[in-house]
Amino acid sequence: MIIGRVAGSVVATEKHYKLEGRKLLLVQPLGLKGEARGELLLAVDGAGAGEGDRVLVVQEGRSASMISGRLESPLDCAIVAVVDRVELG
Amino acid sequence: MQLARVVGSVVATVKDRALERRTLLLIQPIAPSGAPAGAALVAIDSVGVGAGEEVIFVKGREAAFAFLPDQVVADASIVGKVDSVDLGREGGERASNGARRAPPSRRGERAVKK
Repeated sequence: MIIGRVAGSVVATEKHYKLEGRKLLLVQPLGLKGEARGELLLAVDGAGAGEGDRVLVVQEGRSASMISGRLESPLDCAIVAVVDRVELG
Repeated sequence: MQLARVVGSVVATVKDRALERRTLLLIQPIAPSGAPAGAALVAIDSVGVGAGEEVIFVKGREAAFAFLPDQVVADASIVGKVDSVDLGREGGERASNGARRAPPSRRGERAVKK
């Protein structure tokens, strides 16, 4: 899992039925100091996140495809938590 | 999951039975800004998209989930058709640098050509 910040969203009205009602968010992965690191990810929101939120992202398909109890959804990247704070050593 | 643009289709008469009646499309992955990102690939359509459209696709084992209960041999599947991309506050700033293709209809939003 990685920590990222929600940087935008994608609207797609027509989509696979297992993605219906799901929000698609663009997430900027963050480094340890909170700096932007790497390319934007497209993730399915399973935590009710919004723009600017720091979030926990699962990129392993089997786990991501189980969010919110919908088994075997065709997705490989999901937001599973909104991060309140990170404590470093 | 990633964004891509449909750039073509693939016709294959002789194929695995699991691919029968499936649409094979050639897609070019793109960054949220709309710029091409990486090599084109072949994906199976689960939504019903057409040439030139912007789509969402999934790679890996989960790509095959799009066709359950059918077992389809797929490692990339199209699972959505993109209406618009909102790049947020940062995207709005990038727009002034001319990094995006379409004029924003509102803050940071990139409209998708139909």
